[in-house]
Amino acid sequence: MDINTIWYALIAVLFIGYFFLEGFDFGVGMLLPFVARGDTERRIVINTVGPFWDANEVWLITAGGAMFAAFPDWYATLFSGFYLPLFLILVALILRAVGFEFRGKLDNATWRRVADVAIVVGSTLPAFLWGVALTNLVRGVPIGADMQFQGGLLTLLSPFALLGGMVSISVFALHGALFLNLRADEQVAERARAFALRLWWPAAAVLLGFFVATYSQTDLFDRSGLVPGTMPVLAMIMFGASGVLARLRFGGWAFATTGLTIVLATVVAFEGLYPRVMPSSLGAGYDLTVYNASSSPMTLHVMLVVAIVFVPIVLAYQAYSYWVFRRRVTRRTLGG
Amino acid sequence: MDPLLLARWQFGVTTSYHYVFVPLTIGLGLIVAIMQSFHYRTQNPMFDRMARFWGKLFVINFALGVVTGIVQEFQFGMNWSEYSRFVGDIFGIPLAIEALMAFFLESTFLGLWLFGRDKLPKAVHLLSIWLVALGSLVSAIWILMANAWMQQPVGYSVINGRARLSDPVAVFLNERLLVEAPHTVLAALTTGGLFVLGISAWHLIRHHDRELFARSAQIALVIVAVAGLLTATSGHAQAQHTARTQPMKLAAMEALWDSEQPAAFSLWANIDQNNGTSTREIKLPYLLSVLAYNNTTSEVKGIHELQAQDVAAYGPGDYVPPVAVVYWTFRAMVGLGILFILLALTGLALWWRGRLERRWFLRLAMVFVFLPYLANFAGWITTEMGRQPWVVQGLLRTASAVSPNVGGAQVLVTFLGFTLLYGVLAFLDFFLLYRFARPVSDVRHGEQDTGLGDVFAY
Repeated sequence: MDINTIWYALIAVLFIGYFFLEGFDFGVGMLLPFVARGDTERRIVINTVGPFWDANEVWLITAGGAMFAAFPDWYATLFSGFYLPLFLILVALILRAVGFEFRGKLDNATWRRVADVAIVVGSTLPAFLWGVALTNLVRGVPIGADMQFQGGLLTLLSPFALLGGMVSISVFALHGALFLNLRADEQVAERARAFALRLWWPAAAVLLGFFVATYSQTDLFDRSGLVPGTMPVLAMIMFGASGVLARLRFGGWAFATTGLTIVLATVVAFEGLYPRVMPSSLGAGYDLTVYNASSSPMTLHVMLVVAIVFVPIVLAYQAYSYWVFRRRVTRRTLGG
Repeated sequence: MDPLLLARWQFGVTTSYHYVFVPLTIGLGLIVAIMQSFHYRTQNPMFDRMARFWGKLFVINFALGVVTGIVQEFQFGMNWSEYSRFVGDIFGIPLAIEALMAFFLESTFLGLWLFGRDKLPKAVHLLSIWLVALGSLVSAIWILMANAWMQQPVGYSVINGRARLSDPVAVFLNERLLVEAPHTVLAALTTGGLFVLGISAWHLIRHHDRELFARSAQIALVIVAVAGLLTATSGHAQAQHTARTQPMKLAAMEALWDSEQPAAFSLWANIDQNNGTSTREIKLPYLLSVLAYNNTTSEVKGIHELQAQDVAAYGPGDYVPPVAVVYWTFRAMVGLGILFILLALTGLALWWRGRLERRWFLRLAMVFVFLPYLANFAGWITTEMGRQPWVVQGLLRTASAVSPNVGGAQVLVTFLGFTLLYGVLAFLDFFLLYRFARPVSDVRHGEQDTGLGDVFAY
């Protein structure tokens, strides 16, 4: 494996980590009005992700920084091309963070209601838009000879891309519900589980529709050699298992399977793209690849050394943080 | 609408705004860590109250620093894609390392510190806040390394119109970083110190929890005195470095149109950029030569001569930054810095004589809460505007760095969007800081408070 491929894989890992981790805190934010009754329960819901959401978001910042360093042209074309969706994602992430941080600071019903709206909108919108962005990425967008994106906002909002957004919303919501089922007070946890079970069928329908659409709209599955390939099938099996496991009250396993659905789906996307990082819909000659969009070998090697040293350290203390906060957030422990 | 102009305004507004929160995060983080260490060592409950009181304000401020920081990282690619393509090979490295080494550390351990008070051993809880403080410091160094490369590109060669890394060690140990990082970090500490000093003064005037706030003010005074003096000396080193490496910036900082030997330091000038002259000047002879080269004889080159040199080196064009802006922001920064040192020395003298709680001094200290923000802002404007028309000194012009495929309307939407959103956030942040900086009733009576614990969870 050459160094460009290693870096492509590392960035894929960062996005996988991001979608897995932020996926459940997006889900928790989206479900806030559906699983919690009254202020105490809402606080329980928010506090389940309290120690985590900020560090989860750093996976995105690191992925962005790594793209900038390892594939400057990918970073430049993607960020200037997906301009308005990224702006909306930024606004949403700001609203959400401020909602989380400022909500509990005032004991005032209006203040807290506004914060709740910020959290719900700020979690739902990016969950949707990441699906839209990733779908556009794998399907290809108009990129010219100068590596510049030539489309507009409407290019990015095709029905297929919107369907991709629906998939990410529903899978993240399910993932979040199963996280709450693990970490919230029993009563809230039970409500979250019931919500997950209700949500599972429409989510399955959307996912299946997307699976078929991807088959007809992209070359993603052809490229994996088999039709439709092992990874997408595994992803569907994991998703199927999540419904069964949630019904059988295997909470931990159910959460793991929605997580694996997200991981495998992201793997499918990145595996299908390779060696391209951003295919052009105007012709394969204009594709950005891990080779024509990359930094110099020296930069990639310097960065690899840094990654080899620091990624294990980061994983160790993040794991420690999840271990410290492994118990349920209950009415009693709240704020303690 | 001109996308370039809008993109520049957007960068200016979002960066200045981001930098309202960052220095306080760096400064106050360290101060809270010190306070909590005092509690760990002495077991004096007053220090626990102290760390929690300031910790609360730290957290409110930290949240906005984080969210406005994501915008910064995305903005390079969104509005400045040509810049990103040109510098990515080098500039991307510190950015990625900053996220990996610093942001994960800060965010994970802030979570542990906020929510782990009752779950972690005391030593680990203390370690958490130290790691948050360390994270913000490490973050400052990496992002300043990225900025240093824009001021003084090193360790690169330009191949096919792109800067390519040729010497990583030169980038990591950029001379410019060695003068810029101490100055910026020390200014952040001064900011944190003045914040603690001013708010403590407010409480002392109202006789709230005298023990806590008098001790806080003393800690803050020591920090402001030491960090303030060192900010000045490191600033002097940075100015001398600028004289050698960015002479045009230095000439603009002094509104020095014509070369002088020896050069005089300007105290006042009415600057006419179009005609390239100043009127009503007040000058102190020899002083600029001293500031720039530590002697009374050296020549300092003027703007006209440097412009002619730049035309010879880079082709026809206007290489003069907006002189009046650079000149006055530099003066604002230096003037405020001197005031901070004077305030701290006055405070130390009063404390020495046991009269720290003089009302006039406390009132004065309250006003000083706001001034470091102006000084920080002015300093950044000086160094960034002073580099214009370059975005990377001598290599890439700001006008060539903007995204070619992003139209004026799109930049306008994001510019207005961020500005409005940031305006609302500024209001909310100020409101919350004001509210939490005010006394809680149980703090007033100096009792073990119960109301403060709540703010550490959501």
